[in-house]
Amino acid sequence: MKIETRTVGDIKILDCSGRITLGEGTMVVRNAVRELLKANEKKIILNLAEVNYIDSSGIGELVSTYTTVTSNDGQLKLLGLTRKIQELLAITKLLTVFQVFEDEQAALDSF
Amino acid sequence: MNKTANEVDVSICSALDNLDLIQILTDSLTDFMRFDEDSAHWIGMSVRESVTNAIQHGNKLDVNKKVDIRFQVQQDRISIFIKDQGAGFCVDEIPSPLDSENLLKPSGRGIFYIRTFMDEVEFRNLARGGMEVYMMKKISN
Repeated sequence: MKIETRTVGDIKILDCSGRITLGEGTMVVRNAVRELLKANEKKIILNLAEVNYIDSSGIGELVSTYTTVTSNDGQLKLLGLTRKIQELLAITKLLTVFQVFEDEQAALDSF
Repeated sequence: MNKTANEVDVSICSALDNLDLIQILTDSLTDFMRFDEDSAHWIGMSVRESVTNAIQHGNKLDVNKKVDIRFQVQQDRISIFIKDQGAGFCVDEIPSPLDSENLLKPSGRGIFYIRTFMDEVEFRNLARGGMEVYMMKKISN
């Protein structure tokens, strides 16, 4: 699991790649978002296009990240969901919670 | 392939590091059985979720306790039995992750996913202690 951070204006984009599973993968996401919040960065896009595997702990981490960001008066958007991640979010009604985008520019414009 | 079941038995200690081993084994079996890519993915995820539960919630990460996994391979289906040495639980008492009060909880979706993706799932409290999860998936034509 790797995350590279890009900046577009006042928005941070976290490009995630690899597996978000119980343990290391979920910790990487948590720590990256925590660092951004610590630096007072409150507009965050999680780009999941290169995430090739996620388990229920990974989905739980996305939820946890969402609640952490919003409780810090921030906004979190999801970008580039794979078909499988989309299905996992859909069947647990989480697509009603997250703002999800296929196109990066649309995600940027949504803030 | 024979019409009678072939069985693969694996016993692991309760360490999360072993999840990848079980994942590789599951993926190899579903590949050998020629499940389609989506079904193979969801079977792999369901086994991983169940073994995670057995290690974490059943055996409480006690490396001295085992998780036994039996893969039963038949012509038209794979059946998987996962046993732990924990205290067991009542599956009916597990809250639904779809209820509005649970929607934003960080955990509690694993069993829901298993039930969604597998054709049959049963949870059995074993008389000698521990829990057995049975799950089955048929090969779609």
